[in-house]
Amino acid sequence: MLETATLEQILERHERDPANIIAILQDIQTEVNWLPEEDLRYVCAELEIPPSKMMALATFYRAFSLKPRGKHIVQACLGTACHVRGAVRILGAIERDLGIEGGQTDEDLQWTLETVGCLGACALGPIVVVDGEYHGQMTSAKATRVLQRIKKAEGNGSGA
Amino acid sequence: MNQERISSPEGLALLRQQLQSRRTADKPCITVCSGTGCQAYGCQAVTAAFREELEKRDLSDQVDILTTGCHGFCERGPVVVLQPQGIFYERMKLKDVAEVVEETIAKGEVIDRLLYQDPRTGEKIVHERDVPFYKLQQREILSMNGMIDPTSIEDYIAVDGYSALVKALHEMTPDEIVDAIKQSGLRGRGGAGFPTGRKWEGCRRAEGEIKYVICNADEGDPGAYMDRSVMEGNPHSVIEGMIIAAYAIGGHRRHGLEGYIYVRNEYPLAVKNAGLALETARSYGLLGEDIAGSGFNFDIQIRRGGGAFVCGESSALMQSLQGNVGEPQAKYVRSVEKGLWNQPTTLNNVETLANVPLIIRRGWEWYAGIGTEGSKGTKIFSLVGKINNTGLVEVPMGVTLREIIFDIGGGIPDSKEFKAVQTGGPSGGCLPENMLDLPVDFDELAKVGSMMGSGGMIVMDEGTCMVDIARYFLDFLKEESCGKCVPCREGIARSLEILNRICQGKGRPEDIDLLEELSETVQGFSLCALGQTAPNPVLSTLKYFRHEYEAHIFEERCPAGVCKALIEYWIDPELCTGCGACTRVCPQEAITGEKKTPHTVTRSECIKCGACYDVCRFEAITIRSAGVKAAPAVEAVEAP
Repeated sequence: MLETATLEQILERHERDPANIIAILQDIQTEVNWLPEEDLRYVCAELEIPPSKMMALATFYRAFSLKPRGKHIVQACLGTACHVRGAVRILGAIERDLGIEGGQTDEDLQWTLETVGCLGACALGPIVVVDGEYHGQMTSAKATRVLQRIKKAEGNGSGA
Repeated sequence: MNQERISSPEGLALLRQQLQSRRTADKPCITVCSGTGCQAYGCQAVTAAFREELEKRDLSDQVDILTTGCHGFCERGPVVVLQPQGIFYERMKLKDVAEVVEETIAKGEVIDRLLYQDPRTGEKIVHERDVPFYKLQQREILSMNGMIDPTSIEDYIAVDGYSALVKALHEMTPDEIVDAIKQSGLRGRGGAGFPTGRKWEGCRRAEGEIKYVICNADEGDPGAYMDRSVMEGNPHSVIEGMIIAAYAIGGHRRHGLEGYIYVRNEYPLAVKNAGLALETARSYGLLGEDIAGSGFNFDIQIRRGGGAFVCGESSALMQSLQGNVGEPQAKYVRSVEKGLWNQPTTLNNVETLANVPLIIRRGWEWYAGIGTEGSKGTKIFSLVGKINNTGLVEVPMGVTLREIIFDIGGGIPDSKEFKAVQTGGPSGGCLPENMLDLPVDFDELAKVGSMMGSGGMIVMDEGTCMVDIARYFLDFLKEESCGKCVPCREGIARSLEILNRICQGKGRPEDIDLLEELSETVQGFSLCALGQTAPNPVLSTLKYFRHEYEAHIFEERCPAGVCKALIEYWIDPELCTGCGACTRVCPQEAITGEKKTPHTVTRSECIKCGACYDVCRFEAITIRSAGVKAAPAVEAVEAP
């Protein structure tokens, strides 16, 4: 769980207004990369939001994760432009390399693989974003190389 | 920042004069496109290298560097334009930087290798204005992206920015503005095409304690990114439009006014640039209290979305702004009367708002002179997919699809055949070759079963399977349906099941009828536009590409060679050189063969991942219908 002081700062930043709950959750997720249950319960109590509503919000919006995410975040774009250029093949290659499927995180919390609707950089499609860095005009072999390079840089840090 | 607040029209005019006098038109300037596309290509390193190179040669004082928003020609990024001549260099690499400074900046020599070459004539083109991609457009909104640094309000003011606002506040009444927007014929660019002036008029008349102006920047259509580029590249134009909207609906009234920009969380640069723009506008007195000395008060806040496509729908967006799950609401009462927090609310799309300052500044007569009878002005399309010139295209309404795709877009790559163009995102449809001469406007596209939508235009070639495309969109919509209405939630899921089995070669003869029946129910009995239009991708592909469905169902064949269950990879022994590249990438060790002799695929081991196909440099690996032994029975093969 986050330090109470950090949570309080986040709440204050958003004027303790339940209408700003999405921004509050975004800030919590920026701090810890996911939404831990204790933090959500704390926010529920402070802002008088029923836990059932909190659960509805946290599961409705794709940006939120109720499970810890990996150290490295891989986003495979599945927008239409990437799709017609073979994005599914690229996703398959990444899934095989990391041993996880789209939407999953590996057991060692090293890798999270997410699929996104469109990153709006269609000229570079198919696109894969690894830790915020864009890799364009991907092929399955290129995608695998990008992942291998990161794994190697971390000294055989096994992904899967 | 500590500059003077602008407190009168004269104040703004004086500032503009000062800003312009500081710039000398013939001073060399290196313009580097820094939109998300070019950033992904590495333009930031190119900019840094230019800076370093100029310093090294002691030229920093004599040459400016301008980092701008998206120029639109994303295919050729990183794009660099050298002013004042307007020399256009494409695909700039770090190693080219020194040469550009040495040859072009210092000596005025053009570097042939970096020029754009017209693929049709083979001619090298020196100036940006002569590149056919730009030449055939009418870039009223996008052109400004290439002239200003989006983080500098001074740049925007220098090119007449905020003059429309000052004109509106000091010279026009709110009713005159509403009237001008009505007369201009401006229709909402977010998809539905509702007349903007009528929306504003309704909201002006409505009674409330407070009125809200919302900018919808939750651009979620896959393959559409024009709103992002405007928000990133010229955020002040949107803010100026919002303030004018606020004045039009709420000026000279006692009630309060508040503004929100609801922007997609996946667009970090847009969030950043819009935030900075709000701050600087406030410090110049162009936002907040007593705007430009007019006595009019209005401020804007940014809210980031949570990654839900349905929140682009107006009532769902308002729910999200109120801190709720983004479920669309029934619109018995229109949101201009009871919207956000049950107060009168005007919600406009980014591009719509960016049009507003142009209309006010240049007059509605000018604007109404562009476009077709029912659709006025220009529209930005994001031209993507199997197209030579991927990028943002701004054209007058009424231009034909053929002109956009072939004249501006440069046609289909790798000499493939055009198959379809998909417009309108997941709500739109796929149009075939014989529709290419259709003039593009709100009404014409709707007549043939597609829609303008927000402006995504995805081009598909012979290697695209239309059943797979319908399946793709329904898969997207199934994830994004909020689940409130049963016909949408269940109808999309069941349609997807049917499409999945068709793609697996397990389609049943009655499936086509069943899909049509389901589609009718989803269309007719869903609350919001997501459900009402969700069947469009299925219905339009059934209408124009029914033979592809039939091939899947009755012949267990995917004519485009896309659907995994119906294809197999096969190595042509005539073309295979035995280089071994495919064996190295095959995760199944399914490819065998001696070095320098043709290889073969062991069918029982192959998982059809396509890794070999991607890596083969001799086009020896082909996709063909499964079970057929002879040469490819498929009509086409997907390009890597």
